[in-house]
Order: sequence, then C-alpha cells, then structure tokens
Amino acid sequence: MYVAVKGGERAIENAHRLLAHERRGDRDVPELSLAQIAEQLSLGVDRVMTEGSLFDRELAALAIKQARGDLIEAIFLVRAFRATLPRFGATEPVDTGTMQVRRRISSTFKDIPGGQILGPTFDYTHRLLDPQLADGFSPDEPATGEAPAMATPRVTDILGRDGLIEPSPAADADAPVADLTREPLNFPADRDLRLQNLARADEGFLLALGYSSQRGYGRNHPFAGEIRFGEVEVEFIAEDAGFAIPLGSIALTECQMVNQFKGSATEAPCFTRGYGLAFGQSERKTMSMALVDRSLRARELGEEVVAPGQDEEFVMSHSDNVQATGFVEHLKLPHYVDFQSELGLLRKLRQEFADANEAPQMQEAAE
Amino acid sequence: MTTVAELPAGFADKVLSAQSTFRSVMDAMARPGSIQRIASMAGTPDTMMRGTAAIALTLFDHDTPVWLDGRMSATANIAKWLKFHTSAPIVADSSIAGFALVGDPQSLPALDRFAFGSNEYPDRSTTLILQVESLTDGPTTELRGPGIDGTVTLRASIQPQDLFERLVINAALFPRGIDVVLVHDDAIVAIPRTTRLVRGG
Amino acid sequence: MNAPAYNFAYLDEQTKRMIRRAILKAIAIPGYQVPFASREMPMPYGWGTGGVQVTAAILGPDDVLKVIDQGSDDTTNAISIRKFFGKTAGVATTTATADATVIQTRHRIPEAPLHAGQVLVYQVPIPEPLRFLEPRETETRRMHALGEYGLMHVKLYEDIARFGHIATSYAYPVKVNARYVMDPSPTPKFDNPKMDNCPALQLFGAGREKRIYAIPPHTDVVSLDFEDHPFTRYRFDAPCALCGAGDSYLDEIVTDDKGGRMFVCSDTDYCESRQQAGHRGSESAAPHKERAHG
Repeated sequence: MYVAVKGGERAIENAHRLLAHERRGDRDVPELSLAQIAEQLSLGVDRVMTEGSLFDRELAALAIKQARGDLIEAIFLVRAFRATLPRFGATEPVDTGTMQVRRRISSTFKDIPGGQILGPTFDYTHRLLDPQLADGFSPDEPATGEAPAMATPRVTDILGRDGLIEPSPAADADAPVADLTREPLNFPADRDLRLQNLARADEGFLLALGYSSQRGYGRNHPFAGEIRFGEVEVEFIAEDAGFAIPLGSIALTECQMVNQFKGSATEAPCFTRGYGLAFGQSERKTMSMALVDRSLRARELGEEVVAPGQDEEFVMSHSDNVQATGFVEHLKLPHYVDFQSELGLLRKLRQEFADANEAPQMQEAAE
Repeated sequence: MTTVAELPAGFADKVLSAQSTFRSVMDAMARPGSIQRIASMAGTPDTMMRGTAAIALTLFDHDTPVWLDGRMSATANIAKWLKFHTSAPIVADSSIAGFALVGDPQSLPALDRFAFGSNEYPDRSTTLILQVESLTDGPTTELRGPGIDGTVTLRASIQPQDLFERLVINAALFPRGIDVVLVHDDAIVAIPRTTRLVRGG
Repeated sequence: MNAPAYNFAYLDEQTKRMIRRAILKAIAIPGYQVPFASREMPMPYGWGTGGVQVTAAILGPDDVLKVIDQGSDDTTNAISIRKFFGKTAGVATTTATADATVIQTRHRIPEAPLHAGQVLVYQVPIPEPLRFLEPRETETRRMHALGEYGLMHVKLYEDIARFGHIATSYAYPVKVNARYVMDPSPTPKFDNPKMDNCPALQLFGAGREKRIYAIPPHTDVVSLDFEDHPFTRYRFDAPCALCGAGDSYLDEIVTDDKGGRMFVCSDTDYCESRQQAGHRGSESAAPHKERAHG
C-alpha cells in the first residue's frame, strides 16, 4: 500500500523555525547587536554593501546577522530589498580627487603630493593569531597628528598632466547613466555597464580572474598607480531646486591601475588605465576590479582576446554571485521528472545495446 | 491653456486598473481579431478615446518614446496629459517610437516610417494604436495566424481602408514588423505582426 | 531603518509595466526571446524568479492561481511560490487544473487539457535552446536572426549516429510558428505535443537569463525531428499504480533497496481527480491521508 507524501507546507514551516533557532545559537551566549556587526565586522559589512549595491551599514549588518554570517546570502537579502526601492534619480558624479583620505598609497612613485598615508591596513601585520583578542582587549587610542595642508591629487592626474596616461573619459552630464538593474544587458557592453557589473561582482571571482591576468592569461602589465580610501561627498540635483543638495558622505575605496602603454603611428604612446571602486574599505575587491576592467578593455584597445578575463560575455555573465549561487544551488530542487525521462531513455539505449551485442553471439553459437 | 489641475484624471486605482487593462490588451494580442473590453476608466483628454487613455496609463512610462499624429497633437492637451500621468517622452521622430497614437487614421503615415525592429531584436518595434470608427459594424475581414483557431472574422469600420493590405509587409518582414491595436471607445482589437489576411479588408 | 513596504503582487508598477510590454512583444513574435530587465526577487535565481515575475505582472484579484513543480502541487517549491502570491496578492489558489486561470509550472504541463482563457506560466532556467551548442549570446542571437538552425540538426543527427535515437529526453527543442527554435523549459518530451495548437496562452519567464517568450493560443509547435527518425513521446508501458491511468506521465518511486519500484502519475491533481472518480490502480490507498515529514 502506497501513500503519496504530503505535508510539504508543514515541513517548510518547521525548517524555518529550526533555522531561526540555529541562527540564534546557544541562548546563554549574548545576542549580537547590529552595532556590533557594523563596528566590529566592518569589512564584511563593506563587502555586503558593495556587492549588494546599497550603501546602508545598518541594513547590511542586519543582513549579515540574518544570514548567519554567510556573506553571499547577506548580499542576496540586500539586493532583494534594493530591487523594491523607488528611484529618485542619479546623484552627481562623486569626485574622489576631493576625498577626505584615510589611507592612500601609490606603488609607482616613492613620494607623492599629499604623501603616502598607510592608514588602517592589514599590510605589514604579521599574521600571527592574537590571543589577546580572545577575551576582550582594549587597543591603544590611535596616534594623531596635524593634517598636512597640501591637497592629495590623484596619481593618475599627475601622470595625466604630462599626457603619460590616457585621459580619463570626461563625464557627460547629459548622457544617461546605464543601469543593468533597469535595462536588459546586451553585448557588446560599454565600459559604464562593465564597471557596474564588476562593482557588483563577486570578490572571489574577480580576484581569481585578476590573478589569472597577472599570471599571463591576457597579461597587461599593471602597476598600482594609487589606492585611496576615505569619505567623499554625495550631491543630488533635484529638478525643482535646480542646485546640488549635499546628501552626506560615503566611504569609498578607489584603485587606479596604470597599465601597459598603447600607441600607434598617429598616436604618442601612453599608459592605459584600469579602474576599481567599491563602498567602504574594499582593497582586494577594487584592485581585482581594476585588473579585470583593464583586461575587458582588450577589444577597445585593439588587443587580441585570448584569455577568460578579456572576454566580456564570459566575465559579465558569470560574475554575479547572487545569480551564480541561485543557479548552482537550484540543483537541490526536485528534478525527478526530467531524471525519469533520462532514466527511461538510458534504459532503452542499454537494452538496445545488450540486444545488439547478444545477436552476433547467438549467431556464433548456432554456427 | 490647461493647467495641470484641470487635466483629466488618471486611473482612480492605479494598480488594479493597470492590471485589468493589461489583461485586456494581453488577451487581445493573444487572440488577434477578437474584441476585448477595457473596464477601467480614466479621464480622456481631447480626442483620445477611453481605450487609448487606459492603454497609455497602463503601458507608457519614461522608457517608452511616444509619437503622436496630427490629430493627437492638434492641441497641447494630450501631450500634457501623457507627460503628467505617464512621464513618457513625446518624440517627433516616429522611427524611434515605442508607441504611436493615431487619432486620424485616414492620414496614417507609411508604415515604414515606424520602427520594425531588427532581425536580432525584432521587439524593438513600434506598437501602433489606431483609433477607428467602429469595431462592430462595417466590412468584414477574415484573418488567420497564431492566436486564431482556424480563421476569425472581424467586422469593423477601419481607416485607412487599405490597412490590411498595408500590413501585408509584416509577412515579408517577419520577425521584424509592426503590431497594431485598434481602439474604438472601450473596445480593442489587436493585429500583431503574425496575423495574415485571408479575405476582405 | 528603512522598513520595507510591498506593492500588490510584490513588484512595483514600473517593473510590471516593463514586464507587461515584454509579454506583449513576446506574444506578437511567438518563440522569440524578449530581453527584459529582470529584478532581484526575494527567492533565488534558478528557483522560478522568471515565472514569478511573469505571474506577478499578469495576476489580478479575480485570478485563481495554481502552482506546480514536477507536476505536483505539494512539492516544497510549489508551496513556497503559492504562499508568496497568497501573501502578496491575496489571490485565490487551487490545485484543480480546470479551475485555475493562471498556472505557474516548473517542468510539467498538466495532463488535463487546458482551455481558452487560461495562462500557463513556465519557469525557465536556460531559455536559449542553442546555448549548449554555442555558449555565446552574440552568436546564438545571430543564428535566431537568420533562422539558421543547422547546428541543432547536426547535434540531433549526431545523437542518432551514436545512440540510434535523438538522446534528448527533456527540454526537447521545438519550432514555433515555423520560425523560431524554442526551448520548452525542462519539461519531459512527453509533454511537447501538448504545446501544439493549445487553446491556452503559454508564457515563459527566465529570471536569471532575463528573457520572456510566449506561444499564443492555437499556434503550431513542432518538435524537431527527421523524416526517418520521427519525434516520439516517451512513456512507461505501465499504468499508474494509484489511479490506473494509462495516458499520463509517471514518476518512478523506489520502494525498497531490492529493486522494488512502482510508477505513479507525476500530475497529482490528475491522479487524485481520477481516484475520486473511482479509478483504481494496483497500489491504491486513500489518497488524502497526510504523512508529515520534516
């Protein structure tokens, strides 16, 4: 006697209840606050804001808490929320040249106007586990000093003054800003769309692709012209007001790679650029992004497309971790109808194979 | 001049009216030649019919360039109403229009003045919304094609009289082509690019 | 904190307009994949986001919605999607195929014939039938533009040379209105003939791949084949063990680890309706007892 399995609805409810229980963990351990996540797991929050395409530390912290620390799940939560938000318009382009710099380094010059500022970085820490942190540790107050009066111009602007690097394309205030979350993506895609895709792209995917370009899969000889992290002002021009209204400041990391030069019979040789930008302090992300951005400019710069990192359709179609995780994980869903169809076909083919191999043997036996 | 406050109203219930209007248009497109009614009503500026107004409120927004014929642009009211309720850009160049509103079908421009889309993207074409005299009386036209079980007979009074002959280009152009929605008052009939003339017209 | 507030059927009106325009073009160009700006949905890509967006764009308060996955109303993903629309649109839901005005499906077409006025919404993972032969969108788009489908015929022919049969048992490609080669979504090829000249409107949504396509009612849908290797529907010879149906697609249920198995209808509504009408199979039991798990 067979009874068809039912009760899926109750199974789902119970599973969600159990999930909430597991998320909380041992109830004798104090619960995490959003402030704790936002303050003490801040680089995770930065990544969730960047790949979630939404600058809101509190929501990102909530997403991380709800996702039990699974950052891709947290990014997914933020994206799904973002998709429901109304659009009021596009802000003015932010000017990273006027960034209130907290960290700023260049690998191309020993010293630069405004100076090299090491800032809060894991660089040069010795990666030794610190037992002090295990049971609460109050670090020293940070050192302070007088801020230099000198401005901190971008290194690429310094190179640009002598024409040594290709000019950064000037922003056209009237040109619409492409948005792949509002328009279906078509290939070939222009650089604005590619950069948007890379900004939302999975950090690990870009890291691997950027790394592959360094190892020779479409090498383009990068130098880290500058990496800067700090606060920039965001302004919005409301149609009614007619002037720019400051909305506040956001933390950004920018990476400008200086890459192998181009030139021709009619054009003096100059360096080319790769660009990376992300919310918060996201250096690995912006450096990888800048490498891949430069790789994806192969078509535009007349380079042969030979490596995965130069192939915009390959990169842009597979960079989004919310899409990728959904499709990879959908294999968990029932597929028994298709499987049954395959099973039936396979049995039939095997039967025919057996029949065909049996026939000559029988013939031999009869002879 | 009409002020914004004097413009005819949009849908009273934007969400549900747009939904029910869309279903009427979808059913019309899925069953070419069949008459569908538009139940949700909005105000109508000038010569715009009720069905046309409802379709505009349902499908137009700032992503859909709209072209207006001479009758529709005779006064500024229709453009102003569309702009206010839908934010759709009104364009003078019919070849980039997502929708074209034709109030005086007698002077319908040659169809190749509108967008047919490309073979790669045949969806980038103009949908023609044509206000006609009647969708119940007039000469009969027999049609066939996807969405039609065998053939369907449309009795209508349509200008231009040679509309169906003109639409013959859809057969040669396919998958490019032009899709037409005929409107009379609250009744609509769709003639997508796959519909072929059997007889009459 | 920005507390979320959601619209009727979840999607905002601008998104619905964009999807609705895509649906109209899809109906006007049967089998052509219309690109649309798919939104991030509160369920994962690959789990029906395309179908959910299409359903959300067409659904109204008077609709009666049925959701199936693998032919069943009771699989977890079907329940989850049905609950989503119950919650966000407040629509009536049903499991009875005949009573539904909108049916969202994953991997099956119901056994009961669909009727005029119904809309069948398919969830599609990979909408491009040529994708596994040519991974580049730029290339496959060109092939569709030219109606150049030689590659597909070569693939099917190679199957025959190797296996003696066309070795595609689901997502079996069809030609729509004698023009576009189309992926019917991963339905078993058993269901392909139901798409041809169907009185219902068939809409296909692929969220991750951002495509919508359609088959209007009463449209020619032909499964690709060769004169000497005609398309055949595959089905087990056994009748359903629960309702005795001899004409339905069957699931294979493994009953023990000694080779025991039985075959039952994959369309649970069809099977239960038949049992209620008194039809019996070899293993019939009272069909409505719940066996909870989880």
